[in-house]
Amino acid sequence: MQGPLFDSFAGRGLSRRGFLKYCATLASLLALPPSAGRAMAEALAAARRPSVIWLPFQECTGCTESITRSHTPTIEGMIFDMVSLDYQETLMAAAGHQAEQALAKAVEDNKGKFLLIVDGSVATGLEGAYSCIAGKTNLALLKELAPHAAAIVAMGSCASYGGIPKANPNPTGAVAVSDIVKDKPIVNIPGCPPIPVVMTAVLAHFLTFGRLPELDRLGRPKAFYGETIHDRCYRRPFYDQGKFAKTFDDEGARNGWCLFELGCKGPVTYNACAHVKWNDHTSWPVESGHGCLGCSEPDFWDAGSFYKALSMPANPLKTVVPAAAVGVAAGVAVTWYNRSHKAAARKAHETAGVADLEK
Amino acid sequence: MTELQLLTWARGTGLNIALSIFVLGVIWRLVEIYGLGRKQDLAPARHRDGASGWNTILRRSLAPPGLFKRSPITYIGGYVFHLGLAIVVFLFAPHIKLIQGLVGLSWPGLPSQLIDLVTVVTLAALLVVLWDRIVKPVKRYLSNFEDWITWLVTFLPVLTGYLAVKHLFLPYTTLLALHILSAELLLVVLPFTKLFHAFTSFGSRWYNGAINGHRGVPT
Amino acid sequence: MSASLQRGINVLKEVIDAPVASFFNSCVHCGLCAEACLFYLETGDPKYTPIHKLEPLRRVYEQEYTLIGKLMRGLGLAKPVSDAELEEWQPLVYDSCTMCGRCSLVCPVGNDIVYMVRKLREGMSVSGHAPEGIRGAVKRTVEIGSPMGVKWPAVQAVIKHQQAETGFEIPIDQAGVEYLVLLSSMEIMNYPEYLGALAKIFKKAGLTWTLSSTAFEATNAGIQIGTSDIARVIVKRIVDSAEQLGVKKVISPECGHAYMAIRWEGPNLIGRPYKFEVIHVLELLDELRKKGVLKMKDSFDEPLIVHDPCQIVRRGGVLDAPEPLINTVATHYIPIVDKQKMNWCCGGGGGTSAIHTEEAEALRVKAFRIKKRQIEEAGVSTVVTFCANCRIVIEEGFDHYEMNTQLLGLTELLAEHLEDEPEGVAS
Repeated sequence: MQGPLFDSFAGRGLSRRGFLKYCATLASLLALPPSAGRAMAEALAAARRPSVIWLPFQECTGCTESITRSHTPTIEGMIFDMVSLDYQETLMAAAGHQAEQALAKAVEDNKGKFLLIVDGSVATGLEGAYSCIAGKTNLALLKELAPHAAAIVAMGSCASYGGIPKANPNPTGAVAVSDIVKDKPIVNIPGCPPIPVVMTAVLAHFLTFGRLPELDRLGRPKAFYGETIHDRCYRRPFYDQGKFAKTFDDEGARNGWCLFELGCKGPVTYNACAHVKWNDHTSWPVESGHGCLGCSEPDFWDAGSFYKALSMPANPLKTVVPAAAVGVAAGVAVTWYNRSHKAAARKAHETAGVADLEK
Repeated sequence: MTELQLLTWARGTGLNIALSIFVLGVIWRLVEIYGLGRKQDLAPARHRDGASGWNTILRRSLAPPGLFKRSPITYIGGYVFHLGLAIVVFLFAPHIKLIQGLVGLSWPGLPSQLIDLVTVVTLAALLVVLWDRIVKPVKRYLSNFEDWITWLVTFLPVLTGYLAVKHLFLPYTTLLALHILSAELLLVVLPFTKLFHAFTSFGSRWYNGAINGHRGVPT
Repeated sequence: MSASLQRGINVLKEVIDAPVASFFNSCVHCGLCAEACLFYLETGDPKYTPIHKLEPLRRVYEQEYTLIGKLMRGLGLAKPVSDAELEEWQPLVYDSCTMCGRCSLVCPVGNDIVYMVRKLREGMSVSGHAPEGIRGAVKRTVEIGSPMGVKWPAVQAVIKHQQAETGFEIPIDQAGVEYLVLLSSMEIMNYPEYLGALAKIFKKAGLTWTLSSTAFEATNAGIQIGTSDIARVIVKRIVDSAEQLGVKKVISPECGHAYMAIRWEGPNLIGRPYKFEVIHVLELLDELRKKGVLKMKDSFDEPLIVHDPCQIVRRGGVLDAPEPLINTVATHYIPIVDKQKMNWCCGGGGGTSAIHTEEAEALRVKAFRIKKRQIEEAGVSTVVTFCANCRIVIEEGFDHYEMNTQLLGLTELLAEHLEDEPEGVAS
């Protein structure tokens, strides 16, 4: 195996076998046939370091954090060596005017071919003034760059759907990338933050096949967002048996029972956490004893409390008791009317005799 | 509107509206109906063991002699879907959780595979009684728009619930939202249609038993 | 000639109560009531479905006593009941309903349909939509004294004849006795032996009794047509006479609607309890049987079945007396499947036997087939019953279908086989 990427891997002690194994894993996660693993290995190894421009909008930098763990070198980190990350505000060395120039040059040199990664939502309130970089609104920047990108990756729930900034009352008018850009292939990789390997798999797919993987109705890669957490959860047998933890440190919780009653949104959340897990297959929220927040779903912040079970009403039922009172009042009022109506009919009664049987 | 937003609305505002209309409607209609009252029967009563309103509430659930064979589908189909509805609504764990959340009461549920079976049987029974209503001259003659709509409004929650659990045709979140919305539709429609027999048949049976029991006839 | 739609609707408003409201709101259109109605079963015509017969009452209830119904009418989305509709419903409410009450037994949600038919007839009658035949019977009852136009002199003639035939005294207008006996025109005219039978039994039992010259007629056509005001006038004759004579008990004869009228509707019609008790003649006979007074000299041995008149048994509550009485005199009584309170109506009660239009008679003849089948399935040629109207209707049925079945009255049968007085005892 020859090529710039593979050389850099070899330099860090990754064997050819190890690299092939990794590509096979990626292919399998994407539900592609074994031959794809080989194709990926060859494509990645020979990758010519395509240009990647990363724009951070209204974000918390959590997505960058998730992807770019560098305190322990991960293969994800190495992949980022493999692309030409021409603009990434957290990671790049340049700052100020130099950074702006780097961006302009990257766009110019790779027009139509660069991959645009966006994290954070796009502010549209006050014409986008809520979030600016170097005096330019995120909105303007996105509109300027998007037409020149080959494809757009909306990293994280904010870029995919608006995320936290969009939560009620949405003071900045935050929207998703796909609400602004309508004429480019966009892949949403939601999660707050998303799982690192999902990012990598999408990139690998793009680099190998020149296009994005199969997406679901919300623009998410089906391979990772095709099933609910609930359907892959290892605690599912407890749900089926009706064994629930009722508080965070009770016997049920300590026995590892289902967290449905503690607000787990697993049943309505599509993500890969339950089987791919985090931190290199170490654990994930439910395994650590906390219910799923549903963070890869649109508007998960406004979907009722994180600690209220899906079977509970999302808001307090404020009008039911007053409605009962109104019902009583209505019933009594109608009955009062009915009885007086009947009494009036009785009063209007004319005693009937034989003559009254004929018209 | 995204599917999660629809679900959140159904679980939140929608549930609030539906339960409010339901509670308001049931109370209003019960008072409206029974508030009319009944004149006291001045004829001396004939007492007979077993002839009373309370007796009839229970006994009327049995087919009177000779009636079963005249319309077995009405009895079998009717019993199966009523019992099926009761089992699915009250003995399925997520439903018990809902009730627990609303009023604090809970009880053990049945295994979900058994509920699946009961659900399918209930759906089949509902389809059979619909077919019977279309095919039998008396039922067809009596049936109006309200009969068809109430059938649909009863069928939909069972169907959408089943589809949701089985992940059929549409994504789970959407199906769950549709299921909850269809149940809310049923709640809203119930007090104002013949579905109100869920409450008034007890009163009607009681009156029947009392009126005839006064004369010493157990009905 | 002052019947009007407005009067009809007004009286319906008066009689609608909580049971009616509960019933209409419970009906789920299951059609089981039709399966209990002999008119539907023998014609197959769904318009005879009992609950359907009540449609005008339901509309009045909905539009007068429910908020939604009132709104719908106000907005023009629901039409008020029209005179033409009541006209259309006349054969459903009268010709094809004998108020037998079988439908009320089978409704799964508990609707007492016959209870409501009785109420609907209040509105039908004073809006001029009762059949001419029943109107005639009512007119005759009110103006002459009985639905068949029988006057006291005719009754006196029958009394004289029966006294002579049987040798037993038949007291008239005796005050302070235990029992006031009521009769029905049918009996007086068609089955006068009933009177003789009663005289024999009373003598045997040593009971004091009397007839009343002002209150001999127990039949109440007012109830059949459904006009409570008229029913009240008719029943009051009996109440006045009974209370004036100071009797302890009033005996209702073998006539279905008479029993309903005097035992059950009467106190509600006059608005107060009686100062006397009412019992059905069979209940008296059963009491006597239990005391050992009814000793039979011989028995009736042919196989027979019993036709239980609707108003006495299912609707009147005289459930226990008939069978033991039958078994006292008959050796071959065959209990049938649909017996006692599940019995099939003769098809002529509720005033229908007074409707003499071609259509009504054709319908009754069709409906009778259910009774014919009962008799044929039992394989008997004797039927015993205890309602004079049933007897007329069933005999007409036997005639029409050329059946060789004999029909006997229970009281007469008992009297016929009753032990005679030993010789030498003055009567």
